[in-house]
Amino acid sequence: MLHDRQRWMAVLARAPFPALSAAAGGLVPSYTTLRGPELGLVMVRGRAGGAGAAFNVGEATIARCTVRSAAGYIGHAYCLGRDLAQAELAAALDAALQDPAQATTIEDAVILPLAAAQATRRQGVAERAAATQVQFFTLATMRS
Amino acid sequence: MIPGFAHSGRDSQACFRAVLDAISRPGTLHVLTGTPVDAPGLDPATAAVLLTLCDPETPVCLQLGSAVTAAWLAFHAGCPAAPPPCAQFVATAALDWPAYDTGTDDEPERGATVILQLPALGTGIPYTLAGPGIEQTATLAAAGLPPNFVAAWARNHAQFPRGLDLILCAGRTVAALPRSVRVS
Repeated sequence: MLHDRQRWMAVLARAPFPALSAAAGGLVPSYTTLRGPELGLVMVRGRAGGAGAAFNVGEATIARCTVRSAAGYIGHAYCLGRDLAQAELAAALDAALQDPAQATTIEDAVILPLAAAQATRRQGVAERAAATQVQFFTLATMRS
Repeated sequence: MIPGFAHSGRDSQACFRAVLDAISRPGTLHVLTGTPVDAPGLDPATAAVLLTLCDPETPVCLQLGSAVTAAWLAFHAGCPAAPPPCAQFVATAALDWPAYDTGTDDEPERGATVILQLPALGTGIPYTLAGPGIEQTATLAAAGLPPNFVAAWARNHAQFPRGLDLILCAGRTVAALPRSVRVS
């Protein structure tokens, strides 16, 4: 269940507001905002080569929001960027997705299409990048 | 879970200003404007002062409200809960003087700030105040302070620079008694 929530929260966080509101249509439950939507900074950390010591890459702007749906579920959203409307809608949908009465409808209408669109887009970027990839056969051979 | 400030930036700054004025001029009453915060067991002023002053670096001892109130404060302020001797802020309706940290002569700033929720401010027993921030004397009327308050406060004042600071809250009104003030 937790794994499921991570998955849909990731999809919601990556979906721009126009796409999100078009897909969500009238499915958003009524809710009260508990915190935000508000902007803030998070420190992005990285490791060189995946094994080096962690260092601070830089700060990134995020929009976050927490809501409580009428059914009593608490939804959170943290989205990269400054789109407060996206964070609020994503938090409302996160609350609705925890409600078994609504989860399937929203999963089918919002999450699956958005996830598919995001996968297609990622695939397109990967293909364009792959077309320019250069293989250093010689170096690879000399190293081994 | 309950909402915090309706406009977190504006409301917390207004509340901070009210607390600053209350501490600078002991005995003056300050009525908080802005949308009142509604948390179980807390007056709007108590809730606003807690949200304004507490953050992840200030251990707080909350002796008002229920588990819902504690969860509300932890979510919105991010402050850790602590027993009275370790708390930098204590929110309570009944003073327990010996239990709180009064700091040391080297670090008097560690003395706890007690946010005391009272039934009423501006009515009740009048106390006469004197000290820094007051030109001659000031009068603060408060209901619900313990009967031995004047003697207990004299002991607190005598420890200066160590001691406790009091922020008094009732309804939407805030007043303060910093440790530097004398009460009679």
